[in-house]
Amino acid sequence: MSFVELAAEADRRWKSLTEGETPWIRVGAALCGKAAGSDAVLVALESSLQRHGVAAQISEVGCLGPCFAEPLVDVQLPGGSRVIYRDVTPETAEEIVASHVVLGTPVAHLALGYIGESSIDGIPALSAHPMKASETRIALRNAGNIDPGDIYQYIANGGYQALNQSLTEMTAQEMLEQVNASGLRGRGGAAFATGTKWNFLAGSKEPVKYVLCNCEEGDPGAFNDKGILESDPHTVVEGIILAGYATGASNGYIFVRHGHDGPVDRARGAVEQAYELGLLGQNILGSDYSFDLEVALTGDSYVSGEETALMEAIEGKRSMPRYRPPFPAQVGLFGKPTNINNVKTLAYVPEIVAKGGAWFAGIGHGRSTGTAILCLSGPLNYTGMVEVPMGLNLNQVLYEIAGGIKGGKDLKLVQTGGPLGGVLGVDNMDLALDFEVFREAGAILGSGGIIAADEDTCIVDLTRALIAFCQYESCGKCFPCRMGMSHLLEVLERICRLEGERGDLELMRSVGLNMQAGSLCGHGQLGFNPVSSAIKYFGPEFDAHVLERRCPTGACLGVKFSPKLTRR
Amino acid sequence: MDGLKQRITAAIHNQPQPTVTVLSSLLAVEDAIGYIPKDAVEEVADLTGTTINDVWAVASFYPNFRFDPPCEHQLELCWGPSCHLMGAMAVIAAALDQVGVEGEGDTSDGKLSLRYNTCLGACAQAPVISADHNLMGRQSPEKVRAAVTALLASPSPHGQGGN
Ligand SMILES: Cc1cc2nc3c(=O)[nH]c(=O)nc-3n(C[C@H](O)[C@H](O)[C@H](O)COP(=O)(O)O)c2cc1C
Ligand code: FES
Repeated sequence: MSFVELAAEADRRWKSLTEGETPWIRVGAALCGKAAGSDAVLVALESSLQRHGVAAQISEVGCLGPCFAEPLVDVQLPGGSRVIYRDVTPETAEEIVASHVVLGTPVAHLALGYIGESSIDGIPALSAHPMKASETRIALRNAGNIDPGDIYQYIANGGYQALNQSLTEMTAQEMLEQVNASGLRGRGGAAFATGTKWNFLAGSKEPVKYVLCNCEEGDPGAFNDKGILESDPHTVVEGIILAGYATGASNGYIFVRHGHDGPVDRARGAVEQAYELGLLGQNILGSDYSFDLEVALTGDSYVSGEETALMEAIEGKRSMPRYRPPFPAQVGLFGKPTNINNVKTLAYVPEIVAKGGAWFAGIGHGRSTGTAILCLSGPLNYTGMVEVPMGLNLNQVLYEIAGGIKGGKDLKLVQTGGPLGGVLGVDNMDLALDFEVFREAGAILGSGGIIAADEDTCIVDLTRALIAFCQYESCGKCFPCRMGMSHLLEVLERICRLEGERGDLELMRSVGLNMQAGSLCGHGQLGFNPVSSAIKYFGPEFDAHVLERRCPTGACLGVKFSPKLTRR
Repeated sequence: MDGLKQRITAAIHNQPQPTVTVLSSLLAVEDAIGYIPKDAVEEVADLTGTTINDVWAVASFYPNFRFDPPCEHQLELCWGPSCHLMGAMAVIAAALDQVGVEGEGDTSDGKLSLRYNTCLGACAQAPVISADHNLMGRQSPEKVRAAVTALLASPSPHGQGGN
């Protein structure tokens, strides 16, 4: 099938789904939906439809964003607007079917909002919800809207147009220029210019070159990579093929952590479908470009997400970082030139190619172009995943989008950019979402995880928990990190037990500086951040623990659990 | 146990990942059998042209691998920062108490294997647990006690008597 025929077929299928004979019921079934109980809701919907003897198409879709309201059920009558129901239980699922699906009367008191042209009595537009009002969706444009298991739904919504367009109308050089012009920077942590990185790989004339998509996402508090991969896997697949085309790469891998079944299965399914339709493999869409892609899994290891450790894991080894140089663009996976990008980075690419680099560069703030894809967690009223233009400030994110702290409590701090990013005190809430602004404040915007903590949080206890994570996840290859993390944890545990000693903060500082200077990868180099930032903003609270031997919140007095087994 | 050997061979040869490596083979065995039997280490070494030592080196690095048959049920409790801030410590304490253990490990009756997880990926629903690989969010000490009871009363996902 030519792409024009594919697109026409996709269109026909989409129309019959949204304007055909039967209602379409979408159930949020990403990790957030599952954790909220979507499986039971799905069963209830099916049996309820059967009992009423009505036909409807049910699809498990990805994450629409407002995870706090999961399980979400989205009912669309043929040709009508979608009604998004919140906190659905098996019981309310029955009510929704009986009233909305059978009688055509939406159940206003169960609805979060509607999406579509025609308004619905008693139900607000979802776009007016605080979590939605500031959104600009690029990478998340399809998340929660389409069935991620159906490639035709992606194509019907403009998918693979950019690939078709570049294979037929653009040279690799022209594509690189668009990506350079977009100002796109890596969303995996370091915010390195994507175009520059691609140029390195494009410069190598080796026949076998790799493009790797990093969905390790070990950062607790971050779920947007997994969220994108399971909500709209084809935008990632298309982004990878485009990266391959621009850089002249022959092969790619999507790298995911074993055990996250949703993202893994969605990614595998998407790759398979793309092969079936000739979007992967030999002579893509009849062009002379060929590219092979597969999904590779890692075991549990945070450091697996570091780019050289990732290559070790794909090669099947212990995921320990390599020495650099040589850099991956020269000697990478299986010794071949390699480019590594984060899921979010690659998910932007189809839209950048379709709409042009200048369009993307027109969104955002300073050198941080485009959007920030944030994961909001902690005691916030609205937790979930949002995509907003760079440049909004943390106040807007926390108080407008996330609706402030639950129970009217005060915010104490936020933890951004993963455990290694450290914490920010409340005086910093005017910081704009911008890589440089965050860096200047000593924080990391990184992959977009924002964990809020309220006034009841003990900073020493939280720091101990963060360092317990970092210690557990140290791969053990270089000793400044391996020993340093253990040493920091030992001291923090002592302080938590209110047995800290004068000089403990100074001791941690000297350990931390050695880690910074001597560690092989970012894990150890940044590993002191949680401690140094905590002391910077909450020094007196550390003093209370060490000098006065008291924990102002009492949190340190409770029991603590963390894994005893570290890597062997 | 010829049956086990056959299952190992089948798991390794039917693995979904086209690029076959030591790690991909071990993950396939873990998925199919629930642990890495000694025979699997040997077979993976043979298949990938490495040594038993090389395979052990990989298997021992990733804490998701275990080397003896798992219990009938698996319970994972998230201790990551988002969950920590939302009360994971109290949830873990209640779960341990309900199971009757002090920490990670297997119960002596072979009913339940319990592990901590650094992040189950549903942080917006913190605190999160996973019962036989089903995610359950918004836990409280009361809810997790009920979840443990329900888990122990449910049929084992891998049939009778472990693995
Ligand atoms: C300890 C450690 C863990 C990392 N984990 C991830 C990860 O899970 N996902 C990711 O995209 N990048 C991770 N990175 C960053 C990668 O090394 C790499 O910079 C990134 O994948 C490049 O993609 P980008 O240019 O699109 O940002 C990690 C780095 C370190 C030091
Ligand atoms: S921190 Fe518990 S699910 Fe992410």
